[in-house]
Amino acid sequence: MAVSGLIMLGYLVAHVAGNLKVFFGPEEFNAYGHWLRVMGAPVLHHHWALWIVRIVLLAVVVAHAVSAYQLSRRDLKARPTAYVHRRKRASYATRTMRWGGIILGLFIVWHLLDLTTGTLHPGGFEEGKPYQNVVDTFSTWYGNVVYIVAMLALGLHVRHGFWSAAQTLGVGNARRERLLKLLANTLALVLTAGFVSVPVAVMTGVVS
Amino acid sequence: MRLNLRVWRQKNGGSEGAMATYAVDGISPDMSFLEMLDTLNEDLILRGEDPVAFDHDCREGICGACSLVINGDAHGPERTTTCQLHMRSFRDGDTIDVEPWRASAFPVVKDLVVDRSAFDRVIQAGGYITATTGSAPEAHATPVPKADADSAFEHAECIGCGACVAACPNGSAMLFTSAKINHLNVLPQGSPERETRVLDMVAQMDAEGFGGCTLTGECATACPKGIPLPSIAAMNREWLRARRKVKG
Repeated sequence: MAVSGLIMLGYLVAHVAGNLKVFFGPEEFNAYGHWLRVMGAPVLHHHWALWIVRIVLLAVVVAHAVSAYQLSRRDLKARPTAYVHRRKRASYATRTMRWGGIILGLFIVWHLLDLTTGTLHPGGFEEGKPYQNVVDTFSTWYGNVVYIVAMLALGLHVRHGFWSAAQTLGVGNARRERLLKLLANTLALVLTAGFVSVPVAVMTGVVS
Repeated sequence: MRLNLRVWRQKNGGSEGAMATYAVDGISPDMSFLEMLDTLNEDLILRGEDPVAFDHDCREGICGACSLVINGDAHGPERTTTCQLHMRSFRDGDTIDVEPWRASAFPVVKDLVVDRSAFDRVIQAGGYITATTGSAPEAHATPVPKADADSAFEHAECIGCGACVAACPNGSAMLFTSAKINHLNVLPQGSPERETRVLDMVAQMDAEGFGGCTLTGECATACPKGIPLPSIAAMNREWLRARRKVKG
């Protein structure tokens, strides 16, 4: 869980940085989209680097989901009888890890069908014109709702996930506790704010 | 004080249990929670009913025998053991829910008594040192750095009551096991078995059917001895180190 989660987190940091290029206009954003396809050239053939990233991400997402399933099954088996007197346990981010993860998994499927393959894209999806595609998606109410809800779930997931990964890998100790929590919160906030800024910019007309 | 108790009653491990309601009267705020249950049991015996079975021993908060999940909290609302919890923490007329530790590794024996021998087997897997025994050695014969001595003592405070497992939404025993491992692994006396200890105890913990850790922190909040949450990260560190050493 920890290793696969951290690899995805690394990818997300690169992803949010790339997304923010949308604020520099269609030329620069589309050129960035093109660069992703020729990344590593001339050593690598066109699209190769992109496909390597995609394959690694797919493997990591599957590993993360499988270990989450195994861990959850084990955890539910270890507490077969629930307490009669129930009270709220742990923080919101901690309690929503399982459902939040499922929401994020479904979101990734929609997100790929929307902006990678264009299958579910509203309006004419055009390969090589990511700027216009992004504007199209966030011009629909459901595109905004799905995206923003998923990004809030992402923030919560990262907030508990990053700190937990540090504990699993044995990096945490009493002195680093505050630093790790601060880092987890900062990452969660930067990722959520960065991703959400794009639909908000389209809605307010900053990006059109 | 007059209280309304809802207590888990279960004849034995094989039978179905249920919450039963009892009213107890004449409770002094200075009584401990267990003395309040003693009062209830005296009433039950006089009425010819089966008294409520619960674990207890020293009643000084140092043995780890008492348990009970009180209103959803392991050892009740105060950060102490149930025997050191006093009725002044409740108000007259309160309804109090009393349940046993819930975990598949801690099967209910009767009423509020659970079988915690899974913990004993985790200890047997490596929670000891193989130094020669005999009379106590001279205290300064083996120098121990102050920070290590403090850490060992902090973890040695674990009384093995099982509140961490009871409080954990996953029924995980990571805090208990980490306390036992960190206690011995930081000391020179424990270092000959440093790697096998962590590998064997964690393997035994998993074999007992305790859940996995999702770092909710409920264990450290419930622990009457204040074993801190970072102890789990320290155990993970020891485990990863041992895996590298044993394999390499």
